[in-house]
Parts: sequence; structure tokens; C-alpha cells
Amino acid sequence: MSVMSDARRAVSRRWLWQNELARGVILQVLVAAIVIALAAFFVHNTAVNLHKRGIASGFGFLDGVAGFDISIALIPYSLQSTYGQAFFVGLLNTLLVSALGIVLATIIGFVVGVARLSRNFLIAKLAAAYVDVLRNIPLLAQIVFWYFGVLTALPGVRQSLDLFGLKLFFLNTRGLYMPAPILQTGFWITPAALVVGIIGAIVVQRWAHRRQELTGQQFPSFWTGLALIIGLPLIVGLVGGFHMTFSLPVLKGFNFAGGTVVLPEFVAILMALSIYTAAFIAEIVRGGVQAISHGQTEAAYALGLKPGLTTRLVILPQALRIIVPPLTSQYLNLAKNSSLAVVIGYPELVSVFMGTVLNQTGQAVEVIAITMGVYLVISLVISGLMNWYNRRIALVER
Amino acid sequence: MADIATRHEPGSHPDLPPPVTQVGAIGWARRNLFSSPFNTILTLVALYLLYVIVPPLVNWAIIDANWGAGTSRAACTLPGACWTMIRARFGLLMYGFYPLDQRWRVDLTFFLQFAAMAALLIEKVPFKKQSAIFLFVIYPVIAFILLYGGLGLPVVDTARWGGLMLTLVLSTTGIVASLPIGILLALGRRSALPVMRMLSIGFIEFVRGVPLISVLFMASVVFPLFLPEGMNFDKLLRAVIGITLFSAAYIAEVIRGGLQAIPKGQYEGAMSLGLNYWKMNALIILPQALRISIPGIVNSFIGLFMDTTLVLIVGQIELLGMAQSSARDPNWLGTINTALAFVSIVYFTFCFSMSRYSQYLERKLHRGHKR
Repeated sequence: MSVMSDARRAVSRRWLWQNELARGVILQVLVAAIVIALAAFFVHNTAVNLHKRGIASGFGFLDGVAGFDISIALIPYSLQSTYGQAFFVGLLNTLLVSALGIVLATIIGFVVGVARLSRNFLIAKLAAAYVDVLRNIPLLAQIVFWYFGVLTALPGVRQSLDLFGLKLFFLNTRGLYMPAPILQTGFWITPAALVVGIIGAIVVQRWAHRRQELTGQQFPSFWTGLALIIGLPLIVGLVGGFHMTFSLPVLKGFNFAGGTVVLPEFVAILMALSIYTAAFIAEIVRGGVQAISHGQTEAAYALGLKPGLTTRLVILPQALRIIVPPLTSQYLNLAKNSSLAVVIGYPELVSVFMGTVLNQTGQAVEVIAITMGVYLVISLVISGLMNWYNRRIALVER
Repeated sequence: MADIATRHEPGSHPDLPPPVTQVGAIGWARRNLFSSPFNTILTLVALYLLYVIVPPLVNWAIIDANWGAGTSRAACTLPGACWTMIRARFGLLMYGFYPLDQRWRVDLTFFLQFAAMAALLIEKVPFKKQSAIFLFVIYPVIAFILLYGGLGLPVVDTARWGGLMLTLVLSTTGIVASLPIGILLALGRRSALPVMRMLSIGFIEFVRGVPLISVLFMASVVFPLFLPEGMNFDKLLRAVIGITLFSAAYIAEVIRGGLQAIPKGQYEGAMSLGLNYWKMNALIILPQALRISIPGIVNSFIGLFMDTTLVLIVGQIELLGMAQSSARDPNWLGTINTALAFVSIVYFTFCFSMSRYSQYLERKLHRGHKR
């Protein structure tokens, strides 16, 4: 950037055009003028066109009654709900599938990435095949495959597959039916115990870390923490009762009654997104680990660290520095790719808002502006979080 | 214990068992597959996975598959893939609704393209400069006339384009058009002129923050509103513009990475030779920066190639759309997996060869930078 400014010596020339500073200013004014003129031209045309079609601009349409149904809604939604509520239903569905997808893709990606580095020939080649095949087939084709090729090809309701043979989980073409918890008063005690357990585990871990730094004495903080997180809610639940019952799915007539159902659209988009993105994450993980020189491992062994500790304390912290920035952009891709769910009718933001609402209201400019704005905010939030994490693990130099 | 206590006279010790072989197939398997109990478990898991995946896949795709000709799903009697459908629909999958007697034009266009690309990409072929000029300047004109019509060739409306041909048109146009725009955006982002810098940053960050679908929706729904009534673009052209601008933002970031890797001395040297901004970039900086960023650019191109499938959402029937609609044909119901397998094979062939080429380039380019 400073390249030009170095050269920006005010050489007085006879012609304005030969003065670099003046030339820069003229060029910028010109470009700015063109951009503004173009924008004004577009805005004017849009106003004229909308006026001719009798579409009132503005966001008032959000209060109109939507009148269409949405198959998956995390908040109360009915035919009488407004377009604004439909927007939030879509947004929540996008966030849900993105968040779950990010978690799943990270897990699968790390496993496959590490497997690719395995000394075991078969495992390494299997992981390599996974990455090569899935990275080179368009995500859209994969989504279509999971939905039309696998999930809607499942047996009908009456021939449901009884998973694990427990009569609790049923898989059929309408989705995955499973028991639903029914909460009763006083239920909150168990989750509260879980939260207390997690906080306790963090406190113990910090205390153990500080004590080890000061005295060199070790404390089994991992197992203590695990016992706190799992044991505390379990004891509280067993002593005080869990305060909940389960409604079980039972086949009645042509459909299941009771329980809850995960729709195939959701399963298909979640599987496709996480399996596809995991292939990219695996490559990033492999690259990150391979970038750490073997001398680090050897030095750690020389200090007497065991292989597990070497990975956890020496290799992983350094590899993460390389892994996190590209991982961020994969998370962003996953969130943006969740919009492809529109092809199988999973009611996320694009399908609900840019599809149905736009068709019904014709408010193209507002709808697309809102949708793009939402995705920009999601992108900003994800990259903000990851940048914060990246700063935490970054190398602190003198 | 007793063994240790046992003493042998020199020369009378019984023979030790021979060491386990370290060479050959058994030695290899010991080292790579069964070196430790954990490793053995991993091997068994991998073998089980292979057993679950490979035989059914081979059965479905080859052994139990229907290879014969036919006109409907009834011709597929075996339980495996119904390649009969692909045979019957091959023309549609390749050319879309392009008129039968004009399909030679498509063939010729892509033959020319692949020949020129081979001349450009394969190292040993001479005339690099000439083939580059042909591919980027002369060929687009020829391709447009051949595909669309003119100069005595009957016009084929873009609404009739489809299948793999449309995929290739979209991706090639997108690739050729997005590279120069990406270069300009990357230069703009590093420019000393604040207006240029802000416009470039704004454009790049905006486009990278939104999904391609929304850009395509904008191109197909909102863009006509931007223009005065009566003035309108071809629907396909609007999709191409959307894809190009989208991919240009990503390419700009790849090239910016290359630009950042150029040491400052190169700029200073160029300026001390009296080169102006454009000459400095065109003759000194960009040749080096582009060389470094070629692998990244190829990866962006692979992304763009796969992203062209998204145009099916705004109603352009490219390869995936054509395959899907073939499987929805009442005559061919239940062949969706075959259709998807075919699409996947086609995409895999293109993308995998591109990514292998990029890896080859990376290795070749790396040589100079390795110390």
C-alpha cells in the first residue's frame, strides 16, 4: 500500500495529468462519479419499474399474513403468522443446520484428517479416497443423493425400520421417529446440576493448572472434571427424580402417534453439508499437522513426554495456529452452503424467504436485501468468533 | 527364568528362531498393518469398511447393472444401476435441447477449446504465446458464433442450451471472465488510492459474505428491475454475470495472497527503473504473483466448476438439472441414483484432473522457492 505513497513525490510538472498526485485524485473522482451515477441509474429504474407494477416499496409487507405452512418450525408458527415470523422460522432453521453442521463436520474432518496421516496403510488410503471423492462431487448432487437417493427411498410408514430393535427408534420415508421427553415441574434441577458440574470442572482444572505451575504437583483434573460433569447431574437426578417422562412413538393406523420426528429434509441437508465440508477440513488438518516439523516430536520425546501428551501439548497447539484461519473459511462456506437446502425443500432462510415470501409478495429488492444482510451478519459473527479464538492460540512473540 | 540360569558351553547354544521377515509382502503387512495391537484393530476396521462399501457398490454399478438399450424403466430388469437410462438420454445430458442437426457445432467448439487448453497447459508443446492469444482473444468470438449462431449459422436460442454443454459454457466463461476482474480487484485492494481500495474491499467482502444462490436470485429477479423497461439481458447471460462476479471476489483474494508474497524490493526495483504503476504491475509484479497463486486459482476454478450446478435453482437446466429431470420422467422413475452416479462420475473426472494438475504445478513451482 505504501508503495505508491513512497513515490508520491510532488514533482511539479506542467500538465496536471503528469502530476501523480493530481492524476490519482482525478482518477478517483472519475471512478466514484461512475459508481454513483450507475447506482443512481439503477435506483431510479427500480423505483420506476416498481411503481409501474404497483408494488409499494418498504418493509411494511413483513406484517402481512403469510398464509403458508412451514414443515419445520422451532418457534410457534401457523397459517395466520406474519411474513416477519416466517422470516424468523427460516432464520432459525438456517442457524440450526449451520451450527449442527459445523460441529459434525469438525468432528468428521478431524478424524479423517488424522486418519490420512495414520501409519496404517489401509486407513490412510481410505481417508484419502474419502477426501478425493467427496471434494470433487458438487455439493448439490450430494444433497440430492441423500434426499432422493437414500432417505425418500426408505420403506413406508407401515414397513418402518426398527433401529436397534428397541421399538423406540423408527426410520421410514417420513423421517426418524424417536421418543420425546415430556418435562414436568422441577425438571430444571438436573440441567442446573449439569451447569454447576461444568463450572466446577473448569474451576478444578484452573486450580490444578496453577498448582502444577507453582509446585510441579499433578492432579487428575481431567477425570475429576469428567466425574463432576457426568456424576453431579446423575446423582441429583437419581436422588430428586428426573421430573420427566417419555412419549414413545407408536404405530397407529397410517402414521406414528407420540414421540417426535426428525424430518428427512433436515437429515439430508445436515448429512450432506457435514460430510462434504469434512473432506475439506480433513485436508486442512492434515496440512496443519504435517507443517509441524518432526523435530518438535523428537524434542518432546527427548523431554520424556508420552506420545499422547506430545500430541496434546506440543503438536496440536502449534498445528491449530495453522489450521484455524482456513477452518474459519470452511465454517463460513458451510453456513452459506446451507442455503442449498432449497432444492430439497428444507425450510431455511433462502427457501422460506427468498422463495415463498418473495413469490407471494413480489418485494424482490427488500427480500433479497434482508437475506443478503442476514448472511453477511452470520459471516461476520462466525469470523469474529474464530478470529477471537485465533488470537487466543496465536504465537505470542517478543 | 530357568532359561537364564541355564548355562551353555560355548558353541553348544541351541539355534534361536529366525527373525520375522522384514521384506516382501509379509514384512510390508507387518510394518504397515499389524505393527501394534491398536494398528491391527484399525486394519480390521478398515477391512470391514471396505467389505461393507466396495462389493455392494461394484455389484450395483457393474455386475447387477443394466447395460442394454431401451426406452423405459421396464427395460431395466436387474436390480443394479439402470445405465440404459443414460444411454437413452445421453443426447439430452450432453447437449440439452440443442437441435440434433446442429450438435456438431457444440462438438467443434469444445474440441477447439480442449485442443487450445492442452497446448497451453502441457509443458512440452511449443507456441505457448500463440495458443494463449488464440484461447483468450480469438476463441471466445469463434465459440460465440458457433454456439449461438451468426455468419450463416442458424441461431440457437440460449433457452435450448443444456446438459454438460451448458455446464462447460458457464464454467469456461466464468473462468475466463473472472480472472481479469479478480486481478483488478486484487490490485484495487492494495492500491494507495482510497476510493479504489474502499470499493474493492467493499465488493470483495460483500460477495464473499453471501451465498451464491442469493447472488443468482439477484441476477435473475432483481437485476431486470435495475434496467429501464424494454432493455433486458438474456437469462443465461445474467446467470453468467452473477457467477463471474462471485468467483472474481474469491480469485481476487487468492491473487492478493500472491501479491503479498512479493518482496518490497521488487516494487522498489521496478520504480527505480522508471516504470509507472501499470507497467510495474504488468511486467514485474503480476508475473511473479500469478505464478505463486496458480494452485489457488485452479482451486477457485474447481469451486466455480462445481458451483455452476446452482444455476438449476434459477431454472437453467445444466448437467445435474438434466439428470434430475431425466430421472423424474415417468418412463424412467426410480433411476435417480443412476442419474446421480453418472453426474458424479463426470464431475469427478473434470475436478479430479484439475486438482491433480494443480498439485503437479504446486510441486513444480515449489522447486524454485525451496531452500
